[in-house]
Amino acid sequence: MTKIIVTTRKGEEHVLEGSEGTSVMQTIRDAGIDELLALCGGCLSCATCHVHVDPSDIDRFPAATEDENDLLESSDHRTEFSRLSCQLIVNAAIDGLRVTIADDG
Amino acid sequence: MTHYDVVIVGAGHGGAQAAIALRQNKFEGSIAMIGDEPELPYERPPLSKEYFSGEKAFERILIRPAAFWEERKVEMLLNRRVVSVDGDGHSVRIESGETVAYGQLIWATGGSPRRIGCAGNDLHGVHTVRTRADVDRMLSELDAVERVVIIGGGYIGLEAAAVLAKFGKKVVLIEALDRVLARVAGEDLSRFYEAEHRAHGVDVRLDAAVECIEGTDKVAGVRMKDGQVIPAHMVIVGIGIVPAVEPLIAAGAEGGNGVTVDHQCRTSLPDIFAIGDCALHANAFAGGLPVRLESVQNAHDQATLVAKTIMGHELAYDAVPWFWSDQYDLKLQTVGMSNGYDKTVLRGDPASRSFSVIYLKDGRVIALDCVNATKDYVQGRKLVVERLAIDSDRLADSATALKDMPF
Repeated sequence: MTKIIVTTRKGEEHVLEGSEGTSVMQTIRDAGIDELLALCGGCLSCATCHVHVDPSDIDRFPAATEDENDLLESSDHRTEFSRLSCQLIVNAAIDGLRVTIADDG
Repeated sequence: MTHYDVVIVGAGHGGAQAAIALRQNKFEGSIAMIGDEPELPYERPPLSKEYFSGEKAFERILIRPAAFWEERKVEMLLNRRVVSVDGDGHSVRIESGETVAYGQLIWATGGSPRRIGCAGNDLHGVHTVRTRADVDRMLSELDAVERVVIIGGGYIGLEAAAVLAKFGKKVVLIEALDRVLARVAGEDLSRFYEAEHRAHGVDVRLDAAVECIEGTDKVAGVRMKDGQVIPAHMVIVGIGIVPAVEPLIAAGAEGGNGVTVDHQCRTSLPDIFAIGDCALHANAFAGGLPVRLESVQNAHDQATLVAKTIMGHELAYDAVPWFWSDQYDLKLQTVGMSNGYDKTVLRGDPASRSFSVIYLKDGRVIALDCVNATKDYVQGRKLVVERLAIDSDRLADSATALKDMPF
């Protein structure tokens, strides 16, 4: 199991265990942190699973596709560390990942 | 009789989000969700896409894990169908005879798939696509199936065709009108999808009317009105849903096409809301006309509105409609509602398999259908929300981003 530390919008920290092959979105959702939406179920048709990845972790993932980048642009809170958590796949190499749930809108 | 402060009838997208949003908005009363399927709330779009194709196991499409509902103290009453509503007495009766009393009722039942009204519609091998059980039944028969006839050229029919074509089945898709997606999209989009499906070997028949389904105890073919019989080992009927609102109408709620609700999703019966596929509401994005919007977005956003209304907020439903459909390697993303358009603008070249169709009414953008064109989808939303008046030639110029269009 891979350790993922999620900070909510209110600043609460949760330590989660993610299973290999699932997405960070799924890990957060399954833990009952429901301020993270995933309206399209993780198929790259919305931007409701938006997270900010800790700068020291951002390079542990393959770069975002053009579609993911386009969707992230719809957010007023997009930063260079923004990712759609449905596209971040859990594996041993991302153990200790820190993400913060982005504000919506 | 058990009593809950809020009873939610329907355990789909709308029902689930209503419970989630109530707790998020600090509702502390008792909540029960009554669903007529055995499963906890799950996502419906994958039923004609990645659950059907086998790419996702069922556990991956649950809206929340079981523990979530327990932690949020949402009582799940599954495998129960509500058959009547006592509006004055504030209670609902379940098929088993059990009654449940409510302070407020949220009706989120969606609808059941319309059955084709012809002989043979109940033969073994004839399927609809609405529930997990429907899809499991189809999957259990697929190994012995080579030929599938799909009746209905809407999103369900097309998505099922795409999955079956990829499985290597011989698919004939029958559409009664002169193009697929006729009720929801303009001609450019219809013709594009028709061509794509044909390119994948799907035999698309337009202006085609079904006479009956033939077979002894299981389906053998579909007889067309012109006399031709199309052989089939399986028939899938995707011709829309019938809103599941009979108990509300019987209790005196206004309705006809679904149940009528106001801008706060209230029905004409006190303390009864209705949301999602079954709720007929005046939608600003349909020019104020009453519509039932069958989408995850609508179910979700109306559910959230009702939860906030119950918590005392004064809101009106004004969420922008959006929708998606995945077929083959085509990602369709739509924003707004195109019905009532008087002009379309094609942006980009369909032959490149990345393009958009922009719908206008009285010179103003009302909707976009974007195929593998996420930038247009994201940037087009503002054009729809603000109903911008933009010259068609500019819109068609794909060298200029939609966000940079002068208006």
